[in-house]
Amino acid sequence: MKLLWAYSARTVWVRSSTTTLAMAGLALVSLILLAVLMLGNGLDRALIESGSSENVLLLRKGATTEIASGIYRDQAHVVGTLPGIARTMTEQSLAIPELVALISLAKTGADSPSNVVVRGTQPDALLLRPQVTLQEGRVWQPGTAEVVVGSQIAKRFLPGGLGTSLKIGKGEWRVVGVLDAQGTAFDSEIWGDVNQLMASYGRDSYSSLTIRASDQAAVQQINEIIGADARLMLQVKHERDYYREKSLTMATFIHILGFTFTLIFALGATLGGTMTMYGMVASRTREIGMLRALGFPRSKILAVFLLESLLIGASAGVLAIGGGTALQFITLSTMNWGTFSELAFRLTLTPGSAVTTMAFALVISMLGGIPPAIRAARLPVANALHAPGR
Amino acid sequence: MTIGTLIVRNVRRHRLRVILTALGIATVILAFNLLVTTVQAWYAGVEASVPNRLITRHAASLSIHLPLAYRDRIASIDGVTGVTYANWFGGVYREATGFFPQFAVDPASFLDLHQELVVTDEEREFFLSDRRGCVIGRRLAEQYGWKVGDVIALKGTLYPGDWEFVVRGIYRGADASADETWMLLRWDYMNERRHQFDPDRAGTVGWYVVRIADPGLAGRVTKTLDTEFANSSAETRTETEQAFQAGFVAMSGAIINALKLLAIVLNGITLLVLANTLVMTMRERTRELAVLRALGFRSSHMTALVTGEALLIALLGSMLGIALTIPGTHLYRAVVSSKLGNFFQHLDLSPGTWILSVSITLCIAVCASAVPIVRLLRAKVAEDLRYVG
Repeated sequence: MKLLWAYSARTVWVRSSTTTLAMAGLALVSLILLAVLMLGNGLDRALIESGSSENVLLLRKGATTEIASGIYRDQAHVVGTLPGIARTMTEQSLAIPELVALISLAKTGADSPSNVVVRGTQPDALLLRPQVTLQEGRVWQPGTAEVVVGSQIAKRFLPGGLGTSLKIGKGEWRVVGVLDAQGTAFDSEIWGDVNQLMASYGRDSYSSLTIRASDQAAVQQINEIIGADARLMLQVKHERDYYREKSLTMATFIHILGFTFTLIFALGATLGGTMTMYGMVASRTREIGMLRALGFPRSKILAVFLLESLLIGASAGVLAIGGGTALQFITLSTMNWGTFSELAFRLTLTPGSAVTTMAFALVISMLGGIPPAIRAARLPVANALHAPGR
Repeated sequence: MTIGTLIVRNVRRHRLRVILTALGIATVILAFNLLVTTVQAWYAGVEASVPNRLITRHAASLSIHLPLAYRDRIASIDGVTGVTYANWFGGVYREATGFFPQFAVDPASFLDLHQELVVTDEEREFFLSDRRGCVIGRRLAEQYGWKVGDVIALKGTLYPGDWEFVVRGIYRGADASADETWMLLRWDYMNERRHQFDPDRAGTVGWYVVRIADPGLAGRVTKTLDTEFANSSAETRTETEQAFQAGFVAMSGAIINALKLLAIVLNGITLLVLANTLVMTMRERTRELAVLRALGFRSSHMTALVTGEALLIALLGSMLGIALTIPGTHLYRAVVSSKLGNFFQHLDLSPGTWILSVSITLCIAVCASAVPIVRLLRAKVAEDLRYVG
């Protein structure tokens, strides 16, 4: 068996002109598959990871997004006094009403402005969302026209950096800090003081209210109390579920696209593999005859050719994963169809997607290698020895 | 025997390999056509826009509304021949996945300005006389099996509560690019209910649609209009309908660019597949090609021989590819519309697309033949004559 391994490996090496082309083709196809998987991972990370499992989001009944929702001050006050809400060190309850609005902001180097989410909130929102930390500068001073921006916003919309001004609503707002939200949707948001922003937008109601529950049992309790209170007319959602629903359309689109094209490419790549291996068999007919004459059984010949094509597949898989590692540096910004706002996310390589890609490359090369390997194993010894060529 | 016959005979020598290569090319063409069709579907809104219409919205954001009072001031601007307005209604039918665009509009002026939405005079009259009436597109009606007289119940997201609308008409698009999945309901009905639950925001509109006498006036009217409302409580931002639609497309720019990049990479795969076949074939024929050269075939003949074979295989692949693309597009459209509803329409294969894919493939065939040709012409005839396997 060791001999066979060496034989396969060396054949692939010696006939590198043919095998390189086949390998490159398969590697490219695997890379495309991997890129689609990474796109999905990045999107999941940006949206679903935005939610924390202990947080619940309150929206007006019927509203599907924060932007469409409205919560009045008195409702927010009632909710703030409910039992089961986690508290900060200063005994403030972690129930934060927020204003969420869209603004059009000119993107550096683009002709048309993009819609960006502006979130009016309190500095305690950083406690509510532990994945968000201050990367640079400081938090806004409540009651002033100061904002902090997500790292993606800083990169794409703020060429001047800290200290520059943004026009939001009717006024100019000074940027005093940059947030790092670890690739979640908050990286594409602008945060500022809720009361200042409400005044600026001429609104008297909040958009949503986010609560950190003290434990899972409290979530159920809060849900029941709010459902029973006729004054509130609010719906309670787990934050993670909310973000998952928002990303549904986009995720479905990427899955359909990925599935369709991977299917087509898999077909193409199998054909390519079959062709290459048939070529290998044809040009080595005499060699195969010789091996058989020396006493190698048919099963060994079959194994040799399958090994060869698996070797090509494995190398292609490794190349594709290598390419995928490089793709991780790409950040895409797109419109989130759930909210019509800008969302930036990074292509993310997960161990799962790497394994899938490798398996894909191996299966494809295996499928492509079977028919030629069978042909090789079936060659009659006498005829093969007389074949032209080496 | 001419070079042409020689090429055809050569192609027929290794049928299995040629068929596999052609199939490989065909799958790439299928994928390419589907990709281009997807990208084009994105631009459907831009394609459907009319040059003599402008869209005026709030300068800060589409989510902030404009006062209704602007209508008359816009109408009085020189060069403006019609004004209408609309709100994004954002209702949900049954569950959140049943998405289709709903606009609350001023019925008479909206239909007047959007001549591409064709309704009969009778349907128009019914719509104008029923405050709870609505007009829906033909495609939407087919999708849900709605007929004139049916009641559509929506759950409001932006405008809370349960809403019911009676279908008073089904419009057709005047041409293929028109969107036939809209639902138009009456702004005055919506506004009446808004007075009850959200009086602060009643009497405001999402955006204005402005018709101008001549597309050439667009620049001037845009400027006059935005200057008119500058420094007011609600500043405006006006652009042509095309630019407005293109703005939405531009926001998805990265995904579109990724798809475009993928389309280019695909052609790289064709190159690899074809080059692979050619290299393999030519290596097998090393000896006989040397014989041909020894017989006096010139470099130009050899080039023609290899390029011709490449082109013939590519052509076969292209034909197969197009044969696959037609049912493939139907299947793809069916899958997309079953999963995504109305987000993607106009997934229709245009002749331009497949012509493009075939011409690119043929160009690639010429490029792919370069590899074996260079190798062939550099080789020494005497050595090649002695070549074994």
